Amino acid sequence: MQSIRRHLVWLVIAIVGAFALGTVALSRGEAISALWIVVAALCVYLIAYRYYSLFIADKVLGLDAKRKTPAHRHNDGLDYVPTDKNVLFGHHFAAIAGAGPLVGPVLAAQMGYLPGLLWILAGVVFAGAVQDFIVLFISTRRDGRSLGDLIKQEMGIVPGMIALFGTFMIMIIILAVLALIVVKALAESPWGTFTVGATIPVALFMGVYLRYLRPGRIGEVSVIGFVLLMLAIFGGQAVSQHPDWAALFTFDGKALTWMLIGYGFIAATLPVWLLLAPRDYLSTFLKIGTILALAVGIVFVAPTLQMPAVTQFAQGNGPVWSGSLFPFLFITIACGAVSGFHALISSGTTPKMIDNERHMRFIGYGGMLAESFVAVMALVAASCIEPGIYFAMNSPAALVGNTPATVAQTISSWGFVVTPEMLIQTAKDVGETTILGRTGGAPTLAVGMAHILHQALGGPGMMAFWYHFAILFEALFILTAVDAGTRAGRFMLQDLLGSFVPALGRTDSLPANLFATGLTVAAWGYFLYQGVVDPLGGINTLWPLFGISNQMLAAVALMLGTVVLFRMKRERYAWVALVPTVWLLACTLTAGWLKIFSSDPKVGFLSHAAKYADGLAQGVLIAPAKTPEAMSRIVFNDRLDAALCALFIFVVLSVLVYSVKACLAARRVNRPTVHETPYEAFEPVRS
Amino acid sequence: MLNSGMSLPEAGRYLGRSLAQSLRLMVGQPDYGAYLRHMAATHPDQAPMSEIAFFREREQARYGGGKGRCC
Repeated sequence: MQSIRRHLVWLVIAIVGAFALGTVALSRGEAISALWIVVAALCVYLIAYRYYSLFIADKVLGLDAKRKTPAHRHNDGLDYVPTDKNVLFGHHFAAIAGAGPLVGPVLAAQMGYLPGLLWILAGVVFAGAVQDFIVLFISTRRDGRSLGDLIKQEMGIVPGMIALFGTFMIMIIILAVLALIVVKALAESPWGTFTVGATIPVALFMGVYLRYLRPGRIGEVSVIGFVLLMLAIFGGQAVSQHPDWAALFTFDGKALTWMLIGYGFIAATLPVWLLLAPRDYLSTFLKIGTILALAVGIVFVAPTLQMPAVTQFAQGNGPVWSGSLFPFLFITIACGAVSGFHALISSGTTPKMIDNERHMRFIGYGGMLAESFVAVMALVAASCIEPGIYFAMNSPAALVGNTPATVAQTISSWGFVVTPEMLIQTAKDVGETTILGRTGGAPTLAVGMAHILHQALGGPGMMAFWYHFAILFEALFILTAVDAGTRAGRFMLQDLLGSFVPALGRTDSLPANLFATGLTVAAWGYFLYQGVVDPLGGINTLWPLFGISNQMLAAVALMLGTVVLFRMKRERYAWVALVPTVWLLACTLTAGWLKIFSSDPKVGFLSHAAKYADGLAQGVLIAPAKTPEAMSRIVFNDRLDAALCALFIFVVLSVLVYSVKACLAARRVNRPTVHETPYEAFEPVRS
Repeated sequence: MLNSGMSLPEAGRYLGRSLAQSLRLMVGQPDYGAYLRHMAATHPDQAPMSEIAFFREREQARYGGGKGRCC
């Protein structure tokens, strides 16, 4: 009786969640409130956390409250510090939340909100949160080692090196795609460009303030920085309304690309206290604050979902990105459902601060559920604006034209009724000259956020402010990621080059640093430039590459989880890691294969290259290329992207082979063969 | 830990302190007080870093090491 009563409240949650999900899934024709999505998601998270994560903690991993964690064993007050679990949750969440969960769901909304929502919920419960939790567990049991080290230790040196190299390539693609999002948001937008540009002097001021005037006063300087940023938004408005100043801050995509490349190089070579650290304070706090504000805004405003639950583009052939629902939806929404990059965070600073093993459930599994909720909010924001406007912003000009009249006509012909006046008025509302072809997700999210937040605070007059606030918030942490990522790439590259030419590996040598930084910037800059000049908008090419590689990294992390479970002699529970691994392998390998070999030139790189190569051979120009040189550049880039895709497939397949070998070897032995740090008992000091 | 035995002001102080610690830790700054307690308990022979030196050491450790950031 007692045990039934214990589960009663969870039964109620399950029924409420099932009812909400049913309402979301079965609404046909009539528009429903976004609150149904929020309630459905929260109920799913609660049930999954209460039951599935507890099952993983108790049965699968066997978390032991009396086992000493690295934070206690190596306590140094610096890296290894036993930390309150709520405090550590905040740290971990801030480290995993980035632009990914905000952009992917926006792009996926072209199929309607339902497919994306279902994947976000199922993905996080059975794959994403499981991955973060298991990797955190594996790393904590091994003194907080990094993912690369863990793979080396449990599978061998070769797969470890392969995984590290794969990680470097993924980072290059991430940097390119993130920078592309900023370029797309700021092109021809003097308001946005001024505001985002102003963050550089603001950060420099904060850096000097923290270094020389009031060292260590992060809270104080962040408040000052925040006020300056808000002033920069109003300054941007003034600039955009003044003809001469507006012209000074209006750039096309190519110019912005070169500026970003230059910025990336300089920012990554400056001392960290001057630009990187202070801007990270701003972007971290702004990110957390905005996520909370959006959550409150959605609950308070309860916007109606305008996008249909499922659109005709679920069949494939969508304008925002090409390809059918399987496998492409599952690589388009990466972060938010499952993200391989989290494996790097879960094996980074967090495992060194775990106070008690039992906390890993809340921090690893729970942290990812919170991230997933961010993705759900992004999906809501994208789905509550007029579908016609959504498609006008996200469809490349090569498909729908570049004047309000032609765009409105094309999109209305798809069944999403929109008038040229609506397009012009929306641009005016958000303080821009145009919203057409603003691909990349960020501007759409900004319109959606402005749509929600202006109803909560400020009224219609504040729509433009909220739009540019949202653009600023995204650009700010993307620029931080570009800066930090370039540095990380430089260190990885120096590590790699150092094994061939020792002089290049010296991180204290300025020429070696500049050389490695230059190479890293050139690598992501190349893909960024390619994306900017791509007539189909670049996101079409780069986002799938990013999604495939990120999900493959997740598959690698889950394969590591499977191997460790086998080595612990817990193979009867290995399905917890194995099922999501198989699913991710199916999605990423199919997607990778189709991106290379599909005979549809909109999907397959090689058939697209062949189309242009044939055109070149016959001396005909194929639109949108205007010169034979442009055509041969398209051919070259397509083949390069195909090669990159093939490389990712090679990486994941070779790790798969090593994993299978390691699992079989573990099965042959009748005792555990894991490399955990030996057991040491301790008395947990607190409840 | 928050527990039912706490009075309201105590709970408020705990929450405020946790929030401040959490925000600082989000940008890579662990608790200076915990560091001092650790040094006093295990290395009483060594002089601990000053608060400013501690701040700079942690700043360099977070950003100088070339650690990646999440997408």
